[in-house]
Amino acid sequence: MTNTKNTSNNTTAAYEDQAVKGKASSAEAIFGNIAKPMFSRGGNKSPLKTALTALLLVFLFALPIYLQGMGEALLLAALVGIGLYVILALGLNIVVGYAGMLDFGRMAFYAVGTYAAIILAIPLANLLGDSLEGLVFPLVMVAAGLIAAFVGWLLSLPVMRLRGDYLAIVTLGFGEIVRITIQNNPFGLTNGLLGLPDRGNVLASPPFFDWLRDNVYWALGNDFFFTMTRNVYWYYMVLIMLIVAIIVVRNQDNSRLGRSWAAMREDEVAASAMGVNVTKAKTWAFVLGAFWGGIAGACFGFFLGGISPEPFSFLNSVIVLAIVVIGGMGSIPGVLVGGVLIMGFPELVRWFAMNHLGQAGGDIQSMVANFRNLFLGLLMVVMMAVRTEGIIPMKPKFHKLFGKGKSDKGDHTDAVVGAAPKGGAGS
Amino acid sequence: MEFFVQLLIDGLTLGGMYALIALGFTLVYGILLMINFAHAEMFMTGGFIGYGVLNLLGSESTIATVSDTLPFMSFLQSTQPFFTTTAVGFILMMLLTFGISAVLTGLLGITIERFAYRPLRNSPRLCALISALGMSLFLQNFVLLAVGHRMVFPTPEFLANLDAVPLFGAIRIAPIDLIIFITCLVLLFTLDRFVSKTKLGKAMRATSQDKDAAGLMGININSVIALTFFIGPALGAVAGTFFGLKYGVVTFNMGLFPGIKAFTAAVLGGIGNLRGAMLGGFLIGVLEALASGYISIAYRDVITFAILILILIFRPGGLLGESVVEKV
Repeated sequence: MTNTKNTSNNTTAAYEDQAVKGKASSAEAIFGNIAKPMFSRGGNKSPLKTALTALLLVFLFALPIYLQGMGEALLLAALVGIGLYVILALGLNIVVGYAGMLDFGRMAFYAVGTYAAIILAIPLANLLGDSLEGLVFPLVMVAAGLIAAFVGWLLSLPVMRLRGDYLAIVTLGFGEIVRITIQNNPFGLTNGLLGLPDRGNVLASPPFFDWLRDNVYWALGNDFFFTMTRNVYWYYMVLIMLIVAIIVVRNQDNSRLGRSWAAMREDEVAASAMGVNVTKAKTWAFVLGAFWGGIAGACFGFFLGGISPEPFSFLNSVIVLAIVVIGGMGSIPGVLVGGVLIMGFPELVRWFAMNHLGQAGGDIQSMVANFRNLFLGLLMVVMMAVRTEGIIPMKPKFHKLFGKGKSDKGDHTDAVVGAAPKGGAGS
Repeated sequence: MEFFVQLLIDGLTLGGMYALIALGFTLVYGILLMINFAHAEMFMTGGFIGYGVLNLLGSESTIATVSDTLPFMSFLQSTQPFFTTTAVGFILMMLLTFGISAVLTGLLGITIERFAYRPLRNSPRLCALISALGMSLFLQNFVLLAVGHRMVFPTPEFLANLDAVPLFGAIRIAPIDLIIFITCLVLLFTLDRFVSKTKLGKAMRATSQDKDAAGLMGININSVIALTFFIGPALGAVAGTFFGLKYGVVTFNMGLFPGIKAFTAAVLGGIGNLRGAMLGGFLIGVLEALASGYISIAYRDVITFAILILILIFRPGGLLGESVVEKV
């Protein structure tokens, strides 16, 4: 979580460092130090943080056992939904938080991923046959991620030179274009409002589902451990994808590309004057952000077992943006907290109302969601006025050249979104 | 040919409403350089207020309910037949409906500017955009929770009894379309005169040219901005009420699409340029009507959004605007 040792102590040195490495292979430039072992990097990581992270992981991995013991399998489905939105928000965080470009149409990539996965799944299952059925989901998931990334690349081509607020409107328009096109069943691909898969088709089971159900469930007995249901399966699947996403996104931020994002976000003109390839940095932000949208979309489609165009509304794009903005632009812990708060709170209230107040589920759910959105809107307004950097601000990437104190007034007036936290760069 | 003219009439009516909304976008952009995303919600709020006033003046059941709880309102029971059946009453009722809706929405606009945008006036542009988005989300859900998600707009009896006006051949124009078109033209003309001839209009133009210099010349910037945030939403409210009268229904999320289209109109005409917004509004309205008539109804919104994206990319200055130079 702390700044890596790669980031030198001041901005100039950071750029020199980059200039020296200028000839590094593009794979390294893009994926940074993903390959390095994840725990060896943080030499100055506090043991407390490591312990807390480990504790959180143990808690998350043990949660289904506890919830099933309580007979709360439905909460697991809610947790899957939260996890998917957090993955989406992590992808959006690359675009908004790291690269400083606003995107109002995140659902476009989510929709592309979901539909790509489901459209590809059935022919692929026929091609592979029964014995290789388990391979369908991973293959389709990667394909969905790549297709969404390709769409992100296509979108990035024309919008490269657009100003920030125009970019936001264009992404909004793009998101709506994708949704309306899906609704209208282009080339007979999406089956319009009825959704996919068509009657009579069933999606292949994701890998090891049957194996896990037969072995873990039957071998250990009904009440010894936990029942391997769809919800439990998807809980673990999304949890693992989330962890992978966090590791990859964090390492990208610490890579050379991440540094050029930060430089571009703070001042695009200065960054390009210092030799940052702004076009390339923007394109990669779009592509990598869209990739996670596609991955989350594939999981979403398979988790539901079918899909219609409704979930991909503009409102949901706004909610993903709110997760990033309220949690903290450019801050992974911020996005996690924002996602859990914004997506988790209404689920919790609904669960409480259903189980302890004896209310009907549907009404409560929509009402709570409406109240949530009401407060979300208000919170966005207040947050922008009072605390632009979000609940958990991002760590400043560059140390100041002189002094460790407060940042100068006007230091970040030209910064786009997510200016560095007001507390200065003294970490 | 008749089909074409009919589409043209539809498009001009629709375009008038888009022009009214687009003016709000372009006024605010001209002065604050900010996309007031919540402006679409002004259109929606105006529609809902218009719905309320029209029911209060013309609907027997609403008046009865209101009189039960607020006895002093019972005088409305005696005025109701006058408003709904006679021509003078109908005109008076329309004026009251539009006036109240415009004034209340305008005051709402001023309030929003004061509390949501003024603290951000010196922040980066995108912060203001996020704040406006949040405000839009808030207003939508507030109306949804306080009123309802879909309200059937009452059609005044007098209006329902009017016959369509024959133009030539078999082409007829619905009275509501005629009212919308004429009102839009009158409002657009008045606003244009107001901005170019009056002292307040001059202050607005000065502020949009250079806020600081205008302040040094003795113009109260805050009140000029407040005025802008009154006029824009007031015009949006008129459009919202017309929308309700024409389509017979108002919904809490009805602002989004007309909002984006009006923004497209504002950009098409050159954002910050009043006459450009009017021209753009009519152009977008006609284009949309023709697209839904000749290409595909299902894809008509896609076509408008595609136009938006193409203009923003290839001609961000619009038709009448100057080319925008990004200063370092």
